[in-house]
Amino acid sequence: MWHDPVAPDFANALLDASRAKPASLIGPNGKAAEKRFSVYRNNVAYSLIEALGKNYPAVKAQCGVYKFNDAARLYLGEHPPRTKIMFNLGDNFSDWLGAFAPAKAQMPWLQDLARLERDWLMAYHAEDASPLDPALLGAIHPEALGEVRLKKHPAASVVCSNYAIHTMLEAGRNGSASSAIGAENVMITRPQFAVETRVLPDGAAVFLQQIFAGATLGEAAEAALSQSASFDLSSSLGSLLQSGATTAHL
Amino acid sequence: MIMLQPSSPAESSDQIWHPFPAFPADALSGASFKPEHMAAILADQNPGVFFEIHAENYMGKGGLPHAQLAHIRENFPVSLHGVAMNIGGPGPLDRDHLSRFAALAARYQPFMVSEHLAWSTHDDIYFNDLLPVPYTDETLARIVSHISQIQDAIKRPLLLENPSSYLQFAESSWAETNFLKEIARRSGCGLLLDINNVFVSATNNATSPEQYLADFPLHIVGEIHLAGHDKQADDEGDILLIDTHDRAVADPVWALYSHVLDQTGPIPTLVEWDADVPEWAVLKSEAMAARRIMDQSGKIRFSHVA
Repeated sequence: MWHDPVAPDFANALLDASRAKPASLIGPNGKAAEKRFSVYRNNVAYSLIEALGKNYPAVKAQCGVYKFNDAARLYLGEHPPRTKIMFNLGDNFSDWLGAFAPAKAQMPWLQDLARLERDWLMAYHAEDASPLDPALLGAIHPEALGEVRLKKHPAASVVCSNYAIHTMLEAGRNGSASSAIGAENVMITRPQFAVETRVLPDGAAVFLQQIFAGATLGEAAEAALSQSASFDLSSSLGSLLQSGATTAHL
Repeated sequence: MIMLQPSSPAESSDQIWHPFPAFPADALSGASFKPEHMAAILADQNPGVFFEIHAENYMGKGGLPHAQLAHIRENFPVSLHGVAMNIGGPGPLDRDHLSRFAALAARYQPFMVSEHLAWSTHDDIYFNDLLPVPYTDETLARIVSHISQIQDAIKRPLLLENPSSYLQFAESSWAETNFLKEIARRSGCGLLLDINNVFVSATNNATSPEQYLADFPLHIVGEIHLAGHDKQADDEGDILLIDTHDRAVADPVWALYSHVLDQTGPIPTLVEWDADVPEWAVLKSEAMAARRIMDQSGKIRFSHVA
C-alpha cells in the first residue's frame, strides 16, 4: 500500500519532472490531477531554490537571478537536501561551483565567494562563546608569549582567495554585483551576535590559520614571516584580539 | 513507548533552562515571528499578541536567532510550530530531529507545540514542503505511533494541523475529519485547526468547508491558524487555491473563523504570513482583526451562559 508503491513514486516524480505522477493521485469527481500534482512539484523546487539563494545572496547577486536559479536547480538535482534545517542547505555548494564548467569558465571566483558566504552563515549560527580578554595575554611575561596557544572561537574562520571576495560579499548583501578583481583574504568573527568580516593584510591569514590549527604564537608568527616578509606581528595580534577570533580559554 | 536517548547532554530535553514567565494565551491572537520585525515589535507600546516560531529556524547552536527568541519569550507567549517532523512519512521519525525539537520545547517552554499531518522526507531526502498522506488504516497506525513518540519526547500533548490539499489519493478509505478524530482519540493529541487550509482544501476538492467544520472535533482544537492564499487553475480551468501565506486572510476564511468561534468561544489564533512579509503594523492589524472576532465570540458565549 502506501509505504511501497506510492511514497517512492511520489518522491521520484517530485525530483524528476519527466516522470509521471503516481496513478492513484486523483482530482475530485473524475477530474485530472496533473496540474494539481505540479503544485507540489513547483512548491518543492521553488522553496529549495529560494532557500539556497537566501544562504548565498552574494553568489546570487553576482550571477543574476536567472543564472543563479538555473545553477541551483542543477545543484539540487545532483545534491538533493539531506538536511531539514534550511540554513544548512548547500553545505557543499562551493565545491560544486568549483567543478561546474560554466562557472569555472565565466566566474571562477564563485567557488571562493560561496565558501565565504557559507562560513558567514555558520558563524551567524555558531555556539555562543566569550572572546579572549586581551588583559589575559597582557599578564603573560613577554618572553613566554611565543609559547602560548590560543583557542579558535567557534564562529571564527579565514577564507583566502585570489579574487575580491570581501568586496563581492558586501555588495551582495545589498543585492548588487561587484568587480571580482583583487585578491582578498578574509577573517570572519562573531564576538557577540553580529558577524564581522575583515580583509587581512599580508601574512595574517597564515598566522591565523596556524593559530586556529593549534600552533603556538611563535610558530604561527614564523610561518607568517616565511610567507610574507612584510608580516606585522603586533598589528596582527592586535587585530586578532580586537576581533574576538579566539575564546576566553587559553 | 521507548523514550529517546538524546545524543549528548547539551541536547537533552532534561536540561534545566532558565524559567520563562508563564503567560496565558487563552484569548489572544498571534503572529508569525519574523526577525525583520524585531525592532518594530520592541518599539510597539502594546503588541498584545503571542508569537509563533518555526522550530527549524532555531536549530542552530547559538547567535542572534536564540538571543532574539529568548527576548521575545521573556515578554510574550510563544508557540512552537514544527514543519519538518515527517509525521506522515512511511519511515521511522528522525531521532536527531526529534531530540532537537524536544530540546527547543524544553528550553523555550512554549504554551503550545504543534506539527503537521504531512510528510516531507523520503529516503533521507528532505523536500521542504508539506506533502499529502493517503488516509488508510495503515497510515493511521503509523501516524499515531509517530505522535506518541513525539509526545513522549516533549512530555506534553502535541497539536496536529489539518493539511491544505490539491488532490486526493484513490487509496484513501477515511474522511479527513474522521481520520484526525481517530488519530486524536488513539494518541491523545489535540488538533490545530487551520481554517485557511479548510477553505483551500474544500475549494480544491469540491466539498463544503461548512460541512467539514461541522464534522471537525472542535472541542479538541487548541489553536487556530489563519492565512492568505493564491488562486490558480486546475487541469479543467477551474479555480485551484494555493496555500501561499503571502497575503492577507481572505473574506470567506474570516467568515468561517467567526462561525467556528461562535460555537467554541475564544481559541488562541495565529495569523501566518511567511512570504512577501509586510511591515509589523500590517501583520499586527491582521492579528487584531482576529482578536476582535474572538472578543465578540466571548461576549456571545457569555450572554448564552447568562
